[in-house]
Formats: sequence, C-alpha cells, structure tokens
Amino acid sequence: MPDVLVFVEYSEGKPVKAALQALGAGSRLATELGGSAIALVIGGDGGELGKSGAGRVLVASGDAVKAYSPDGYARILANQAAATGAAVVLASATPMGKDFVARAAARAKCGLAADCTELKVEGGKPAAIRPVYAGKALLAVQAPGQLWATLRPNAFAEATTADAAKIEPVTVGFDAGSLMAVVREIVEGVRGKLDVAEAEVVVSGGRGLKDPAGEGKQNWQNLEKLAEAIGAAVGASRAVVDAGWRPHGDQVGQTGKTVSPKLYIACGISGAIQHLAGMSGSKVIVAINKDENAPIFKVADYGIIGTVEEVVPALTEAFSKSLRG
Amino acid sequence: MEIVVCIRRAPTTDARIKPAADGKNYEPAGINYDISEYDKFAIEAAIQLKEKHSGKVTVLCMGSKEATKEVRTAIAMGCDAAELLVDETFRDSWATASALAARIKTLPHDIVLFGWNSVDNQSASTGQMVAELLGLPSVSVAVSMEVADGAAQIERLAAGGKREKYHVKLPAVVTCQKGLNKYRSPNMKGIMAAKKTVVTETPANAPADGVTVLRLQPPPPRADGKIVGKGADAVNELVRLLREEAKVI
Repeated sequence: MPDVLVFVEYSEGKPVKAALQALGAGSRLATELGGSAIALVIGGDGGELGKSGAGRVLVASGDAVKAYSPDGYARILANQAAATGAAVVLASATPMGKDFVARAAARAKCGLAADCTELKVEGGKPAAIRPVYAGKALLAVQAPGQLWATLRPNAFAEATTADAAKIEPVTVGFDAGSLMAVVREIVEGVRGKLDVAEAEVVVSGGRGLKDPAGEGKQNWQNLEKLAEAIGAAVGASRAVVDAGWRPHGDQVGQTGKTVSPKLYIACGISGAIQHLAGMSGSKVIVAINKDENAPIFKVADYGIIGTVEEVVPALTEAFSKSLRG
Repeated sequence: MEIVVCIRRAPTTDARIKPAADGKNYEPAGINYDISEYDKFAIEAAIQLKEKHSGKVTVLCMGSKEATKEVRTAIAMGCDAAELLVDETFRDSWATASALAARIKTLPHDIVLFGWNSVDNQSASTGQMVAELLGLPSVSVAVSMEVADGAAQIERLAAGGKREKYHVKLPAVVTCQKGLNKYRSPNMKGIMAAKKTVVTETPANAPADGVTVLRLQPPPPRADGKIVGKGADAVNELVRLLREEAKVI
C-alpha cells in the first residue's frame, strides 16, 4: 500500500515540533503516492494528530515503553512498518530519531536515508534528498523496497487537516524485562535551553567574541541577551568549542551540528568551509564581522561590517524595539 | 577486554566536494583523506579501556585499499590489530553495517565502538545497525562512559543538552561523540609499531545497498547577499529588512 508510516515523537505528553513537521511531510508524500499517513506514537496519547495530517493514529503504550529504549522503540517501529506494509517510513532526525530509527531500519533489513531535507516522487517511486559532507552536496536516493528516512528539523512544514483520525492501540509484544538499553535517568541540561539543531533562530558566536573567561566576557553576555530577545538558540564555531569557551553541543559545522533555521546570525565568525557547510542550509543568514573580506559574507543574505562589541548590543536593542511594536 | 573499534576513511573536512562526471560520486581529484573525526574519539575510548582493563583493541575498517593509511594511523595511536574489509565503491550504512557485523560476529568482542557520525555520508546509523544485526544493546552519541564488572555506565547527549543515563550489560555497541575524551596524536613508538603491523585485507562481505543513489548534486546556490552597512548605525535597517523583505521576524 502506498501509505506513509510516521513515527511521532512525544516529549512531556506532547508531540515535538520536528515530529509534527515529519507528519506534515508524510501526509503530503502519502497524498502524492495515493495513500495516507499513519502516525505511530509510543508512550503518548496520539490525540490531535488527525489535525496534523494523520489518517490513522497507532498508539503503543504500557510498562515496556514507560522509559525510552532504543532497542524497544526499534522493535515497535519495525513491527508496525511490517504490519502496515507502508511504502515509506519516516521519523524526525532528532537525537531520539537518529538513535533508534537506524536500529529499526536494520531490523526491517532496510537502509536509511538520514537527515533528509526533501521528499518527492521520482519515476513513480518515493525519493529522498539529503545533504552530505555537511551540505557541500546533496544526495538523492531511492530504496529497492520500503524507503526509510529521517527528516531534518525545520526543513518541512507542518500540515493542517480537518479530520480527526481514529486512535488505534497496537500491541507492544514484549515486556520491559527484555529490553537491552533503557534510559535510567535524564540529567537536565541548562534549563529551558533550546537545541541549536532544532531552533528556528540561531545566534552563533566565533573567535571574534574573544575568551569569555577574559576580555570576551561581556561579548558572550551580549550574545546571550541577543538570543534571549529573539528566542534564539546560541551556537558556536569549532574554534570556540575547541578553546573550551562553549559546550560542544553548541558547535555548528561539519564536525558539529548541521542546522537549517529560518534565521542564522553569525557574530564574529569568519566562515571556515566547515562552518559554512553546517549552516548554509539556513533560510536567511546574517553576518556581523569586522573584516569585510571574511568568507562568511559570501553566504550571508545581509551583512554588517563592524565589531561584535558595537553591533551585537545595538542589534538586541533594535530587535526588542521592533518586537515591542 | 576485547575491544573492536570501527573506523571510516573520509575526505578531510576542508575538502571541496564537487559531483563527478557520473553524477553519482564526487570528483576525487585533489581530495585528501583522514580518519572521520568522531571515529578518533572511539579510537581514544578503545585505547583508554585497554589501558585501564588490559586487553586488545582491534581496528576494523570497511573501505578502499587506500584506507590502510587510516588504519595504520589508528595502530600508531595505540590500537593492536587491524583489518580492512575491502570494498572500492561508496556503500551505504546498511551495506557497511552488514559487512562489519558479519566480521565482528567471528571476533571476540566485549565492546564495539564507533564514531557517532561520519563527516562524509553523515548517516549516524552504522553503529546502531551493527548492534541490531548482532542483537546487542546500543547507546549512541556517548559523552561519558565507565566500564566495570561486565557492564557500562554511559551518558548520551539528547535533545536540548540533556543527558540520558544508561546502564548496559556488555557486550554492547557504543557510538562516541566529541566530549567523551580528547584523542591523542600518534607518538614515535606508535608510528614504528604501525609500520610493522600487518593489516589483514579481506573482501567485504556486503549485501546490496539499502538505499541506492540516484544522483549527487551541488546544493542550490545562495542568492548574492548585501552589506547593509557599517557598525551600530546599520542595525535598524537590518531589522527592517529582516521584517519586511526576508519576513523572518
């Protein structure tokens, strides 16, 4: 059947944004293929997903899914991929999706098109397009059988549909005791911190901000204020992370995170090829750098030539004024 | 302790990638190679486990014969034995994982380590696929790991900077992220040892790819940008453009 099975990740009782985007992408692809989108929820209620593109909602619940387990989730997804006979299996490329969907695909004896930014139908068959080499090239792929793909957060739009889909419980088929790896505990990161890979707006700092333990202290505080003013996540260049100025989870680039927010503001980042690769999928790029020949200006839509000391606080003020009204 | 570490030869991150004439691979001229960055954290983790618990580190690499260079670098860092599963073409993570799993099955293994992602194909999936094929627990994107009494305590990086804690029985598959350790550079003794090490080469026992390449294409070019102005005077105009022209705020 040309249906599209979409794993919809829940966090704290709600579907995560990237998962609703995946469901939107799945419902559009299903329509093109002549099938429908089937949402699979593990450990959530699945309510409201009918309004976000799902034609059916499958819900797995019980003790075996109380805590996240990569092997447990993989078993459920692989089972439902077989049971529904879907042509395509999708999930969002969040830290959870990246973790267990590969296991599930291997269980189904399939490959995986990871972190895709486009889905389409080519020659009557579903195809996925994914950035490789951190976005220096795009790889278009198809599968001989079921196509498994994870979708990059923010690369797809959510869908709004009228129908309320029926919620169907599905059998988990194993108990918690049979799981090999289960989350024992979750250690909170910085409270309420946005992940740079999932944020809609990213403000990144580079070497130009200088050492936060020394003369750059004020610059980093200013960057945090700018991020806070516009609801952005803070990112960083590799140089900054290697110097120990920011945690490695913030690193944007080929050996960090590849991001595609709607707005990326690069502050004091010259734009090494590895960094450009990691962020050039952003919809709009703003660069602030004192060196007008910095390579970052080659990919930026808008540039300001100036020091971060001067421009960043002024920009925060201008944004705040604009957002106020 | 028997430790297996799987590594990949990948274009260096400063490489300029252009589609080749066949439209499916990249143009290899002028490309330099190295061990894929995250695999170096896996190599370091393997060597540290050996140093603490004694045992042996075996490096496995699926790739072209040229990858003996990267395999020897791993030996020079401190690994003990090396095997190259030879396959000269670009293979997807399913094919790679299948060939690696088939080989690992025949090797003693208490722990199997990978880099969490490759810097070229960026599928971040080979380690988990190997775990599934071997029926082993997997923890990906590890940023801390302690091994004792036949089990591992591992923290993985989850969404929003959160850390998930796992306790898994060995054998297990762990994929390693930056932050787990600081990897060492080869020393002279290691480099000499690497020269003498025999790298076993066997043809990779890989099935057909799970996803087939239609084409490799350049990313869409970005439209030329504009310099809004200089210094703090330019910020109001920038905000106006972001609001009215780009419509992103």
